[in-house]
Amino acid sequence: MGEIVLEQVTKSFGDVTVIPPLDLTIEDGEFTVFVGPSGCGKSTLLRLIAGLEDVTSGAIRIDGRESSTIPPAKRGLAMVFQSYALYPHMTVRKNIAFPLRMSKMSKAEQDKRVEQAASVLNLTDYLDRRPGQLSGGQRQRVAIGRAIVREPAAFLFDEPLSNLDAALRVGMRLEISELHNRLKTTMIYVTHDQVEAMTMADKIVVLRSGHIEQVGSPLELYRNPRNLFVAGFIGSPKMNLIEGAEAARHNARTIGIRPEHITVSAEEGQWSGLVGVAEHLGSDTFFHVHDTGLAETITVRADGEVSFKHGDRIYLTPRTEFMHRFDEQGLRLP
Amino acid sequence: MARAVTSQRKAINTAVAWTIGLAIFFPILWTFLTSFKTEAQAIADPPVWFFFDWTLDNYRVVQERSNYTRFLWNSIYIAGGSTLLGMIIAIPAAWSMAFVPSNQTKNILLWMLSTKMLPAVGVLYPIYLIFIQLGLLDSRFGLTIVIMLINLPIMVWMLYTYFKEIPGEILEAARMDGAGLREEILFVLTPMAIPGIASTVLLNIILAWNEAFWTLNLTASRAAPLTAFIASYSSPEGLFYAKLSAASTMAIAPILILGWFSQKQLVRGLTFGAVK
Ligand SMILES: Nc1ncnc2c1ncn2[C@@H]1O[C@H](COP(=O)(O)OP(=O)(O)OP(=O)(O)O)[C@@H](O)[C@H]1O
Ligand SMILES: [Mg+2]
Repeated sequence: MGEIVLEQVTKSFGDVTVIPPLDLTIEDGEFTVFVGPSGCGKSTLLRLIAGLEDVTSGAIRIDGRESSTIPPAKRGLAMVFQSYALYPHMTVRKNIAFPLRMSKMSKAEQDKRVEQAASVLNLTDYLDRRPGQLSGGQRQRVAIGRAIVREPAAFLFDEPLSNLDAALRVGMRLEISELHNRLKTTMIYVTHDQVEAMTMADKIVVLRSGHIEQVGSPLELYRNPRNLFVAGFIGSPKMNLIEGAEAARHNARTIGIRPEHITVSAEEGQWSGLVGVAEHLGSDTFFHVHDTGLAETITVRADGEVSFKHGDRIYLTPRTEFMHRFDEQGLRLP
Repeated sequence: MARAVTSQRKAINTAVAWTIGLAIFFPILWTFLTSFKTEAQAIADPPVWFFFDWTLDNYRVVQERSNYTRFLWNSIYIAGGSTLLGMIIAIPAAWSMAFVPSNQTKNILLWMLSTKMLPAVGVLYPIYLIFIQLGLLDSRFGLTIVIMLINLPIMVWMLYTYFKEIPGEILEAARMDGAGLREEILFVLTPMAIPGIASTVLLNIILAWNEAFWTLNLTASRAAPLTAFIASYSSPEGLFYAKLSAASTMAIAPILILGWFSQKQLVRGLTFGAVK
């Protein structure tokens, strides 16, 4: 069980309102990802749910129980911190067992659960080490182990992978997703990383200055961004946003077209421009095209084999079926 | 931080460090040597270094003339008592300032330190009068309290900076793991803070042990600790350098031994904030 409902939740630090009234429902078993620019209140929202910050007003219901005044220890949630926050003076075994010890579980049951978690997370050989003797990835696994042993109603992750190197991050991402598939426990995950958000989430919550801009599945947000902000935020590289005459031609204030929805050609096309930087990723190549008369830079994705050089003139054709149109307020036009 | 240092630089650094170290240590060494000389040798000009008739006479005389053990016990009582009492006050104070700061916390810390900026003699009269009124003159208890108060700001500051180094997220993790305030303090905070608490205790014992201004002014005989014991040999009439040295050596020996055994702890504690 682990349904979390926020009703008219607000948070202010002194005079500064970080979260204006906000409603959000996180279904039991769902993997929800909070994304948004730095400082938009993702961590604050997570900490409000955890109970590490007190709400200024509003209600937080966990499994139907109003919890906004219950101390974090009693909410039955587990949290994994960006800095891992392991207890440096305890061995891995004691770290993982700590929440069980706090809940006065029998020693035998504690040992059983720790062994079990350790084998799931490949930590069995490290149980008697201190956190200081582990690598970053191992530390993060210990933090996750400490979270799973007590079978919480929900897991809260605050950018748990951002201190890991790229390769390790991919591995841990898969591990967390697998963990979610196996446990089917509610997870709330804060991240900056597009790929993490798109690949892990059942539901993405896009935040800006404490407001929810849009809630939906990754593909919903990708296909039907509700407004310019979400359009620009979801997807990497960013959607190209074009204003002016070209937009007017489509009866919109702004049109948006993703780099992957533009066809590139050396001979002909609807638009043309000069190749600036070409980023060769192997499988794909991204061209940053200038002097198109549409926007400062138009980013396009082409096949990895396509090899235009800096300064080449190329022709671009947007695939109109994938074009997004927005009105004066930046809202999506049907 | 690791830095490339040429061997020449290294040699210079070593030489400088040794020079400074010896300069600081020299008075102690000289006192130690003098304590084994006769009174005549002690003031000989040019000074004699190692080649004199080593004698234990000074120690014998000092021991005969005054009761070293009584002074020693007073020192232990006052240093130990003021440290214990001080910690009981300083730990919760530093704790709350580090972990539940208010917007006045910084001011309070500064204000506490400002009390150390006033020369002690500035409050000698009021304290002396209070002591007379309360009948605390020449009592170990009164002295313990005063010395505790004198060192309290430093204790709170040291502990505060130490506690500050403990990452808040670890305490939050403990809270998320189901620890109440009591468990959080007992199982997480205290074990992590022990090195800091230990070095604060050590430093405080040393400071209290060597405190001379208040001990000399507020005690006569009953409560007098080792600092008073030393002072009693520094009289202007007569040649007492060798005996004074013997008394000093006896007075600092216990604290020197304690410091020697705990130097690793002490250095770590004192430089913790600086090297982090
Ligand atoms: N204890 C605090 N006191 C005052 N302001 C705070 C406090 N904590 C956070 N804030 C402010 O609240 C806003 C949201 O902070 P928060 O940490 O939730 O952002 P975030 O979305 O997690 O950012 P990031 O992606 O950089 O981690 C920021 O403007 C921050 O300055
Ligand atoms: Mg954050």
